[in-house]
Amino acid sequence: MSLAFLPGALEQGLLWGPMVLGVYLTFRVLDFPDLTVDSCFTLGAATTARLILLDYNPLVATLIALVIGALAGLITGLLHTKLKIAPLLAGILTMIGLYSINLRVMGAANLSLLRIDTLITWIEDTGIGDELATVALGLVICLFILAFVYFFLQTELGLAVRATGDNEQMIRSLGINTNTTKVIGLALGNALCALSGALVAQYQSYADIGMGIGMIIVGLASVIIGETLIGSRGLLQALIAATVGSVIYRVIIAAVLQMGLPSTDLKILTALIVTLALAFPIMRGRFTGISSFTKRGEGRAEHQ
Amino acid sequence: MLNINDVTKVFNRGNINEKVALNSLSLHLAPGDVVAVIGSNGAGKSTLLNIAAGVFPIDKGEIILEEMPVQKDAEHIRAAYIGRVFQDPALGTAASMTIEENLILALKRGQKLRLWPGTGKERRELFRRRLEPLGLGLENRLATKVGLLSGGQRQALTVIMATIVPPKLLLLDEHTAALDPKTGKAVLELSEQIIAEEQLTTLMVTHNMEQALRVGNRTIMMHEGRIILDINGEERKDMQVSDLLQMFERASGKSLVNDRMLLSS
Repeated sequence: MSLAFLPGALEQGLLWGPMVLGVYLTFRVLDFPDLTVDSCFTLGAATTARLILLDYNPLVATLIALVIGALAGLITGLLHTKLKIAPLLAGILTMIGLYSINLRVMGAANLSLLRIDTLITWIEDTGIGDELATVALGLVICLFILAFVYFFLQTELGLAVRATGDNEQMIRSLGINTNTTKVIGLALGNALCALSGALVAQYQSYADIGMGIGMIIVGLASVIIGETLIGSRGLLQALIAATVGSVIYRVIIAAVLQMGLPSTDLKILTALIVTLALAFPIMRGRFTGISSFTKRGEGRAEHQ
Repeated sequence: MLNINDVTKVFNRGNINEKVALNSLSLHLAPGDVVAVIGSNGAGKSTLLNIAAGVFPIDKGEIILEEMPVQKDAEHIRAAYIGRVFQDPALGTAASMTIEENLILALKRGQKLRLWPGTGKERRELFRRRLEPLGLGLENRLATKVGLLSGGQRQALTVIMATIVPPKLLLLDEHTAALDPKTGKAVLELSEQIIAEEQLTTLMVTHNMEQALRVGNRTIMMHEGRIILDINGEERKDMQVSDLLQMFERASGKSLVNDRMLLSS
């Protein structure tokens, strides 16, 4: 098997990295199964593509996408905290609503950015080579986001967000408004997700209304793959694991595609990977004869 | 200090499961009062603590804390001046976070949180100083995740967290009931010591009759959402558990003893 797919998988893994960190924030840190992610990814791509086509600076367009993504998370957060809608449903409502918004933003089901200046072409123009350009951009952004999230989660406010996902009753009894911390966590997670969408649109030179479908599962798959292979003992380790998980996920997908699977089968493949990854602790327990129950309990205490 | 005036709380009103948890209950605590609350299951003890903390709103009456009506304030607002320890050691701490991170949040109770790391040499010193008297070695394990501690260690940590900023009112909800007798005794002694040092006004729910007579300066007994006995001063000093049980039967017309009390006394 040729390993020619590796650079491409690395590029993609890094560009999808902020999205995975966003899913880590909502799903793991906040313990909030946020399905907004799917449409929010598309929202980031749509916003950036439209703005770039309107002659906005690509960097400005990307940053605006990030802010718009935070607003999407804010809406899900308010649906849940103010209107007491269950987390899953709140996310689905925003996701469905955003589908129409995304179409309005783009004005069509897809937008092409071919032969138009983007962040990626900027860096390519510096002369470091096409592939290296994307990897460099992805690496710099991932490292920056990782450092930022790591810092944020250790600030006093970040501690409160983490405690909200861990033990809501405790943190309320310490005087924290958990509605606020939830909204902050969701806004941040979705901002990162939209950032990924913005980068991916520029990388692929197009934005498409369907590009975010199943993104929550991709994010989850990456988080779990990272946790399983790298571990999540400390906060920093967990964040690095999520980012590396994003790359490994792309490597697995690329490898399987190269073995001849049609790309239309990708979704079922992703579903199988997540199922396997989720079942891994139980299956490991079965094989080694250790009670899977204690294993999982320890995992919970260890995690983060 | 704390004035609970004519408070009524009904759960599932208008429903077949309707339950009057507090029935026009009034209770006044003087500054420094340490009150043990006893009563049979369903008497309204936990509800009393929960309405004081603002976990749920009351249907009628008022709650005044140091001249301030607080019955309309949400739980997280009241938390600025109320410290709480729950029965379940898992409820008072965040398992996935370190001892230090838990203590930082406790230290900031009721204050605005900064977008800046809460660690620092000074705080770490303070945490060590507060943890050392426990004799559990936690002062050297600030970076350990709380989920790795035993129930007794977690509950001791919760007591420190609830009092590291002295609250105006301390609520202890059977906070030693889930621990083994030896650990429970140690946690109770720790609580009494801190209460005495900081002169904290305290409401302590307990199922242990001995504890109810020995700890604090006042014992109240609840039954069907009301306070049926309020014992303090000389009367309380010479009182035995058997006297207390007799008084309860006379006041309520029922026998107080249930399985847990038999086991714990």
